[in-house]
Amino acid sequence: MSRTSRSISGVAAVVGVGATEFSKDSGRSELRLAAECVRAAIADARLAPSDVDGLVTFTMDSNTEIAVAREVGIGELTFFSRIHYGGGAACATVQQAAMAVATGMAEIVVCYRALNERSGRRFGQVSPGGVAPTSTGVDNSWSYPMGLSTPAAMVAMFARRYMHMYGAASEDFGRVAVAERAHAAANPNAWFYGRPITLDEHQASRWVVEPLHLLDCCQESDGGVAVVVTSAERARDLPHPPAVVTAAAQGSGTDQFTMTSYYRDDLTRLPEMAAVGRQLWAQAGITPSDVDVAVLYDHFTPFVLVQLEELGFCRPGEARRFVADGAIELGGRLPVNPHGGQLGEAYIHGMNGIAEAVRQIRGTAANQVDGTRHVLVTAGTGVPTSGLVLAPAEV
Amino acid sequence: MGGTITDATATAIIETARRIAARGDCAARRARDPVNQPMVNNWVEALGDANPIYTDPEFAAASVHGGLVAPPAMVQVWTMHGLGGPDGGRGADDPLRAMMTVLDEAGYTSVVATDCEQTYHRYLRPGEHLTVTARLEDVAGPKRTALGEGWFVTTRSTWRVGEEPVAEMLFRVLQYRPAESAPGAPPGGDVIRPAVSRDTAFFWAGTAAGELRIQRCEECGRLRHPPGPMCPSCGAAAAHEPGYLVSTGRGEVYSYVVHHHPPVPGREPPFVVALVALDEGVRMLGELVDVAPEDVHIGLPVEVTFRWADDELGLPAWRPA
Repeated sequence: MSRTSRSISGVAAVVGVGATEFSKDSGRSELRLAAECVRAAIADARLAPSDVDGLVTFTMDSNTEIAVAREVGIGELTFFSRIHYGGGAACATVQQAAMAVATGMAEIVVCYRALNERSGRRFGQVSPGGVAPTSTGVDNSWSYPMGLSTPAAMVAMFARRYMHMYGAASEDFGRVAVAERAHAAANPNAWFYGRPITLDEHQASRWVVEPLHLLDCCQESDGGVAVVVTSAERARDLPHPPAVVTAAAQGSGTDQFTMTSYYRDDLTRLPEMAAVGRQLWAQAGITPSDVDVAVLYDHFTPFVLVQLEELGFCRPGEARRFVADGAIELGGRLPVNPHGGQLGEAYIHGMNGIAEAVRQIRGTAANQVDGTRHVLVTAGTGVPTSGLVLAPAEV
Repeated sequence: MGGTITDATATAIIETARRIAARGDCAARRARDPVNQPMVNNWVEALGDANPIYTDPEFAAASVHGGLVAPPAMVQVWTMHGLGGPDGGRGADDPLRAMMTVLDEAGYTSVVATDCEQTYHRYLRPGEHLTVTARLEDVAGPKRTALGEGWFVTTRSTWRVGEEPVAEMLFRVLQYRPAESAPGAPPGGDVIRPAVSRDTAFFWAGTAAGELRIQRCEECGRLRHPPGPMCPSCGAAAAHEPGYLVSTGRGEVYSYVVHHHPPVPGREPPFVVALVALDEGVRMLGELVDVAPEDVHIGLPVEVTFRWADDELGLPAWRPA
């Protein structure tokens, strides 16, 4: 396994990023958002739409590759692919692109995600679930009819057990939100630019699903983000410093469900993220202590703590102390989500986190961490997921 | 879900609205009957208005009115269409009818009145005969509302006696496309029903019979929840229906949540959902009832009960044991 998985390391690089504005009501179609961010990413890479021969997105994205190709003026495609499991797809889109480039299936691949998640279909609201007896519909039937029917509620079930096992408190979750909102407050592209919060405000925010307060939950956003992936060789000829894909992995755990993996022995862990982490460190040939910036998926604060543990930054149950020590803040041992994350910048299903990682490598982030060599990015938590390590070319 | 209309449809609606508005007032429609005392008597009785200026000739004669007057709020009553005739008697050039037809055809099939603002210039007296005209004032949309996407249609009606305007009304309706499977289902409503497959039908047949069934592999005896078609331990697939045992329904709370937001169909927040570790060794989700949220804790002993969504669907739930 290590031989084949190492072969992807260093083969591909992210050479372009593009995004729409992040809002609560984009006023335009999701397809238009996708076309805008894809076009912007291609332009950022100083490439032409006709150079693109691959497109990758999420199965949840409402814009097909062919529709996006038509709008942007991309001609023939030789590679198109979609990844399932909601936000767990984010980093895997880049992994797909890197594999396509590595195997010669395509040369220039754009990964995109565009959604009107606030003004259109809101994931936090109750949807009817699976009415057809597909495996997903049947899976959902063990939770939705019982009243457990929103992502917040599904994470809250984990969070309660985690608190019980490790003595964590709501304030421990709150410190994650406070740190990220402080970062967002200094990022002009963030929805919550200039609007930090205090721990008291976190505690005073209304219950969504106990033990989660409103400020434990990410925002709902409209917007789109795209990144351009090509070979490391081709990247050398393009103007921006490439963000080399030094590791890219997917992971699903034993007895995995989507958001409701409640039947495993231990309800305080994310084994799917541990599987991603093991692969990332092996591929990149680094350890957690080599990571300079971590962009961790943050739809709900408790899973930021669990990720710190599963990825090896601290031991099980100790993330709350790590966070309380200020480690995840700018200037801390491991700055987490310098852009403000999905709690502070925008909820673009994790794709805006990949864009932030690229900016950190380029040295152009709003809250730039000096001397960044390795940036870790993770995707959706509680679902089959994915991760990346990006680094400058000379590493 | 209903989805959002295309720009072309919206443009067509706005253009039609402009055309209807440009026509101004429709032809004056004459009230069926003049202002009359029997109708006033019935109306004030129904509304419980005991003011004698409407019903007592002597009192009215001595009042500032110098005689009987009709309640101002009855103005719309005098020109009501009645039940007969096509379209409830509305004229073909009625601007609200014209606009509603256009919206109805565009898929905005439901309507609700949102505003009614009446201005009375003077009291009416028995024997006066009213006419009414209406024009389209404004059409705004498409707007996202709690009911669904829709358009606000505003009309202005003017009542006259001869040429003299005596009352006006600004009337606004929301004509909308019902949000059938829209996100944010309204509170109440039906609980979400399970999708039942060949592999899970035994479980739901059990709850319908008041039994909590746990799948048991007929080969190796492994217990399993949620159930599935093939035993992960020994690979056995059930020949006909999955084997099962009937649980004692006893266990303890392994974890739980208290749901506040957003609304969940068929449930009144706050409510508790618990993941219960059953004595047999599997975990199962269900609503935890008959206990205050603040009294719930991990380790709380519970037993199964069944919540009936209707005559057929029983959902497993828990109550303190």
